[in-house]
Amino acid sequence: METEIQTQSKLNIHPDVKAKVESKKWFYTDTVKDHFFNPRNLLINDEEGEQYSKNADAIGMVGSPACGDALKLWLKIDKNIDKIMDCKFQTFGCASAIASTSMLSVMVTENDGMKIDDALKLKPQDIIARLGNLPSRKFHCSVLGDKALRSAINDYFRRSNQNNRIVVEGARIIDPETKTTDKDIEEAVLEGALNLEDIQKKLKVGISNKAVIPAVEELIRFYKEKYFG
Amino acid sequence: MKEIYLDNAATTKLREEVKQEMLNYFDVVYGNPGSFHGKGLEAKNAVEDARERVAKLINAKSREITFTAGGTESINLALKGLAKAMKDKGNHIITSRAEHHAVLNTCEYLEKYECCEVTYLEVDKYGMVNPSDVESAIKPNTILITIMYANNEIGTINPMAEIGTIARKHNIYFHTDACQAAGYCDLDTEKLNVDMMTLNGSKVYGPKGTGILYAKTGIQLVPLVHGGGQERNLRSGTENVPGIMGFAKALELAQTEREYEFNKLTKLRDKLVNGILESVSKTFLNGHPTQRLPNNANVSILDIEGEALTLYLNEYDIYTSTGSACTSQTLDPSHVVLATGLPYEAAHGSIRFTLGKETTEDDIEKVLEVLPGIVKTLRQISPVNVAVEHIVEARSKK
Repeated sequence: METEIQTQSKLNIHPDVKAKVESKKWFYTDTVKDHFFNPRNLLINDEEGEQYSKNADAIGMVGSPACGDALKLWLKIDKNIDKIMDCKFQTFGCASAIASTSMLSVMVTENDGMKIDDALKLKPQDIIARLGNLPSRKFHCSVLGDKALRSAINDYFRRSNQNNRIVVEGARIIDPETKTTDKDIEEAVLEGALNLEDIQKKLKVGISNKAVIPAVEELIRFYKEKYFG
Repeated sequence: MKEIYLDNAATTKLREEVKQEMLNYFDVVYGNPGSFHGKGLEAKNAVEDARERVAKLINAKSREITFTAGGTESINLALKGLAKAMKDKGNHIITSRAEHHAVLNTCEYLEKYECCEVTYLEVDKYGMVNPSDVESAIKPNTILITIMYANNEIGTINPMAEIGTIARKHNIYFHTDACQAAGYCDLDTEKLNVDMMTLNGSKVYGPKGTGILYAKTGIQLVPLVHGGGQERNLRSGTENVPGIMGFAKALELAQTEREYEFNKLTKLRDKLVNGILESVSKTFLNGHPTQRLPNNANVSILDIEGEALTLYLNEYDIYTSTGSACTSQTLDPSHVVLATGLPYEAAHGSIRFTLGKETTEDDIEKVLEVLPGIVKTLRQISPVNVAVEHIVEARSKK
């Protein structure tokens, strides 16, 4: 049997060059590709889908078409065991947004369903890990998934009179002049603004109110480490 | 599966004739044009011959042509070079919101580091610059008007000669980024009334990393790259001889064939656009309906996102691009589509097909065959249902 090197030299191609020329034509992992082209737990807008939506125990929606990503989750929950039994979704967005939501819907329903308390702890990184990684500039797509999940779970708490369990997304105002919150900075970091200059371009934070800059820089460092390690 | 390459505005495939032309200059005529011996002179003669041929194509003089490493460099040289050279005479530049980032980001740099003042003109709903807006923006300190010939994203062709006439009347320099126009439009610098023009080899089936800046005699530019003083001291560094020869050959062929290509591609483009608008609901053509490049079809498809659509087409080996935020480095949707007055949701769903020499009727039919199904699938996945009236209304405000 001839070795790969022999084959390559016969073809008169340098090994390094060959590897580059034959690099695959797909940008994401095979898992992302699979979930993008074959989304699991999709809610189809037909009679059956309408029925499902009516009978769902919770609905959560985040994002908007204007920001480029929007997604909607439907949950069926077993009250007695406090577990998610079924989940369906729809996503407007890019391949990683569609694949992330599809994977999320699998994660919360596999192995007889996920405990609600565990679902609330689900982090974007958990979804990304199951997808076999995403390009860092696509991380924000998976953030929407866990946000939609928390919004749906809160909807369930509201509908089932468990108001004490509702988790309000805490946002702390960092710059009162521009009303910029820590959440805004988190979003901006996820969108790739990794230094003060880029953050200011996006959020105008601390431009006239320079006293808040150290706090902003601290948050940039924090979220950079959180998401990009 | 046959590859259907519909991204010719991004780059084109090198032509066989151009490749053959270049080969000689890698290992036969390999001398440094600056060397004082036969091998050098051989290369110098080749470069000067190419310069003369390029000059002739655009109705200019040889000494007005500077070879560069592409459109971006030429634009940088034109804008920064002129701003620096003229800083005692003025500092105001007029451009438009629909320009390529090479112009917009260079302008931003000049505002930040060279104390320039830049007016970014609004464009109409087709992405076209209104010449009278250019005239009203002129101030005593205006040194340059820079407006693209044809738009790289939506294909709209600007009224060059009229803008040029205004520039002449007010005695202000006029630069144009003609990279996308080179294969289809008249590049006669006299007729266009331009003082500077940027061209790029890789958009006309020539080599990547090649281009020229035409700058009319009398224009002073401060160089960006300093060194051995090549290109009349405007662009130091040993000349890319194979690239220059390839560029000249490619431009020659493109200009010779431009009318034939224009007519051929217009038919194919119209078939594609009409086919999409007829077979897919909630779609809009971006750019001017008639004053546009013959190879550009840019449509917004509502309720779906452009990257997902591009990747579905990729599975059929159909290569396109999108104005969606998801594929841009900045995660912002196309500034050009937004400048035409379309709201963000329509910009995210914009897709660009740019045809080329090798595009066939079968290719177009293949796209029209698969596209409606892909859109249907993605709309099934999508929770969004944008009202068409919302888009129509946003557009009518332009």
